[in-house]
This record gives sequence, C-alpha cells and structure tokens, in this order.
Amino acid sequence: MTQQVDGWVKSERQVERERQRGRRAFRSGSVASASTLVCLVALAALVTNAPGWARVRETFFNVEAFTEALPDVLSGFWTNIQIFLIAEPLILIVGLLIALVRELKAPVFFPLRALAVAYVDVFRGVPTLLVILLVGFGLPALELQGVPKDEVTLGVVALTLSYSAYVAEVFRAGIATVHPSQRAAARSLGLGHGQTMRYVVLPQAVRRVIPPLLNDFVSLQKDTALVSTIGVVEALRQAQIYASGTFNYTPYLVAALLFILLTIPMARLTDHLAARSQRRRGA
Amino acid sequence: MLTIENVWKHYHGHSVLRGVDLTVRPHEVVCLIGASGSGKSTLLRCVNLLETVDDGAIYLDGEEITAVRTDPDDVRKRLGMVFQAYNLFPHMTVLENICLAPRKVHGTGRAEAERQARDLLARFGLADKATAYPDRLSGGQQQRVAIIRALATGPRLLLLDEVTSALDPALVTEVLGVIRELKEGGMTMILATHEMGFAKEIADTVCFLDGGVLLERGSPEQIFTAPREPRTQEFLRSVLESRRL
Repeated sequence: MTQQVDGWVKSERQVERERQRGRRAFRSGSVASASTLVCLVALAALVTNAPGWARVRETFFNVEAFTEALPDVLSGFWTNIQIFLIAEPLILIVGLLIALVRELKAPVFFPLRALAVAYVDVFRGVPTLLVILLVGFGLPALELQGVPKDEVTLGVVALTLSYSAYVAEVFRAGIATVHPSQRAAARSLGLGHGQTMRYVVLPQAVRRVIPPLLNDFVSLQKDTALVSTIGVVEALRQAQIYASGTFNYTPYLVAALLFILLTIPMARLTDHLAARSQRRRGA
Repeated sequence: MLTIENVWKHYHGHSVLRGVDLTVRPHEVVCLIGASGSGKSTLLRCVNLLETVDDGAIYLDGEEITAVRTDPDDVRKRLGMVFQAYNLFPHMTVLENICLAPRKVHGTGRAEAERQARDLLARFGLADKATAYPDRLSGGQQQRVAIIRALATGPRLLLLDEVTSALDPALVTEVLGVIRELKEGGMTMILATHEMGFAKEIADTVCFLDGGVLLERGSPEQIFTAPREPRTQEFLRSVLESRRL
C-alpha cells in the first residue's frame, strides 16, 4: 500500500481515508486485547478458587511426578513416532493402489475391483482397536511360518490395514473431483486409460486431497497409542505404568502433552495448505 | 477421407442424432451450424469415439472406426480435437501440455517434441508463453495453445467444437486467425460453430443441423444467400436478428 505506482500521487481524500482506517483498526485491536485479558483473569480466578482445585492440582499437575515420568514417557513416545513414520508411507501406497484398482473398468479386473470394494467395506467398518487386537494377538496365535512376532511390526500392519481403507476413499474422492473434460481432452490426444490417470488425473487429484490426507494422519498419530493394548510399551503405556504405581495422573498429562505437541504442527500445516489452495483457486 | 453413414445417437430415450450422413474430402473444411442442442458437438464427439454411436457407421480412410474391435486410442492418434472450454491441463506448462501426446503416445523424444512445440508456438505468436501455466493466459491464448496441442501430433483431421464460444469478441479474432492459417496449410477440418460470418468465409461446405437431422448441406454461398429449407431460413433469420452475421 505504501509503494509508489507510476504516475500516481495519493490524493488527500485517500490519505484521510487511510488515517480513518488506521484509527478504526487500532480501536478493534484494543478492544480485543482488553476483553481477552478480562476473560483470562476471570477464568483463572474461577478455577483456582474452586473448592477442589488443590486436589486437581495435586492429581494432574504434580511437578514432581511430571519430571519423574517425563524421560520414560518421552522414550516411549519415540516408539509412537517410529510406528507413525513407518505406517504413513505404507498407508499412502496401499491406499493409492486400492483407489486405482477401483478405477479400473476393464472386465478382466472385475475380481480385483470386487476385492478392493470388499477391503474398504470391511476395514472401514471394523473399529481400529479391534483390528489391532485381531492382528496383534490373532496372527501370532496361528504360529504360521513367516508371520512376524514383534508387537511393533504387528501394530504397524494393523494400522496400515485400517487406515488404508480411509485413505483409499480420500484418493478416490480426489479422482472424482477432476472434471470429465480433462479426461476427454487426454483421451482425445490418444492417451490410454493408464496414461490419462498417471499424467492428467492423478497429479490434479493428489494436490486436492493433501489437506484431507493430513487430517487422516493427525488421527493416525493419536491412534498409534492403541497399539499399547497388544503389549507395545509406548508413551501411553509408560504413563499408565507410572500412574498405576503412584495413583497420580500427571504422567497421563505428560503423554497427552506430547501427542498435542506432535499434532499441532500437522494441523497448522493442513490449515496453511488449505488456505494456499483456496488462494490459488481464487487467482 | 471421413464418411459418416446413417449415424444415430440417443441419450436417455431422446435422440440427439437421427441418421446423419456426411462425407469429408481431404483438405475440405466443413462447418456445422445450427442451434444449441442440434447435435453438432455430439457428432464431433462420435467421430472422436468419445461417444459410441447407437446405429450407423463412421469410416476414416476407408476403415470402419465404429467397429467393435477398433482400438479407440489408435483412432484418436490420427485425429485432433479442440474443445469449447480449452481443457488445457492446469498442472502443466504450455510446453508440457503440447509435448505430452507426442512424447507419451507417439514416442517422440523429449528434445524433438519440445523443438516442434516451440516451432508451433512461434508460428502462432506464443513463443514467450512456453513456460507459462494455463491460468496465466487469456482465453484466446489458451484456445490457441489447445489448437497447437491438437496439431502437435500431426492429425489427419481436426475437430473443432465451438472453439470461440467461450471467448469475448476481441479474443475471437486471434483464434479465427489460427484456423484461417490452418486452412491455407491444407488441414482437413470439421468445425461446429456459431460464428456465421466466419463459417461463410472459411467453409468449403456448410451443413445445417436441426434436431439431430442434417437438414441441408451446400456451399456457403448457397446456404447463406439462398437456403432451401424453411428451417434453415428461419435459423439464419434469427441469427441475423441477433447481429451475429
């Protein structure tokens, strides 16, 4: 606004207009700050003066328990991050493959297509926790050769099975948003179905589904805690161990904080990407 | 070169094409005129096999392309199509849009495809737009790129579907200029168009479609000055009244 454009000298009217706008913006800012401050003070007073506050502070915000539990919960959390980092690319690959199989129209592929539909129906319908229990306890119980016994691996397998079904649907929705005229243009140039998908449809579809995909990954980050049920000692399990020993719930708070710290950057990234694609569409 | 024989097309129990016959000779420019919904676009899409015909046959260079065993991709390699809404690929630059089919369908090397694309861009005054994305171009520029994209594979026949209908009048001229130049180069073309003045100037043959029937065909002089069919007279009068001629 301050930069000078060729041959344009700001008129007095515009100068006055901008002064008024500035005054108004300052007033809005002041009002917002004042009301926020009042609310915060009132809330703090209300909470700390509540009858059970001392007990709440002792049970959930115990500094001693916090510092004691932090190292172990943190090292447990590293397991959560590992599970998440391994599962995420696997889910992307499996999800995309399923979405692509569902787009195959040739009659030869009917069995594959039917299988993909059944896969999505089943794994989207079964609770993630149930899949983890089935895979984590059920698979090793079969005592088949080649089946992994390691709980972390089984947890990754279970999360991949469950989340791939969701991610496949996200990809499919993205593919559906690419206008049919884009396919018509590609086919009219002589490109086959596969080439049209690869060069024209998918690049546009993937760009559009990045925000919903990130949303699913925020959810996945939290669900890594579910593998604690099959014996993986990760952040939640570590917190549980401390909490059951001392009857103090602060270690849970430690785990919760760690999960929040991990998901917040992801959430902001999602917002940022969504806003950027909004701007691009507007341009 | 192209023969259309008694072609029918229905949508949801409603006939869009009702037994159309049409022959296009090499280097001929055929203009399809008629109201919206008369079947012009559908006829072009049938030739391109984007729609399957419900009866009749279409022959390209003597080969029946509507036969069940025909490979549509193989037919489309020999045809070029330009759409009303340009349909450029938004995630690719102008150069990538043009080079996609030569490289992936016709197996031209990258360097060779890009050289040919740049030649075409220069020929139609778009040399400086090679690395731009479609959303940075005006409608007229986008449509010229779309025409170049269709030309880049060296098609036997170019199908143009109301290519100026989405453009404001100032931009129509530049697109029509490109088509005029193609005619001088001997390109065989079928145009569905609402630009009667242009059809009159460029067509070797004008066909009037009405309700899916090819009602009248003739030279531009005959159709525009002495139409035989009452429906053609009526259509041209209404066009004249809206000052599009």
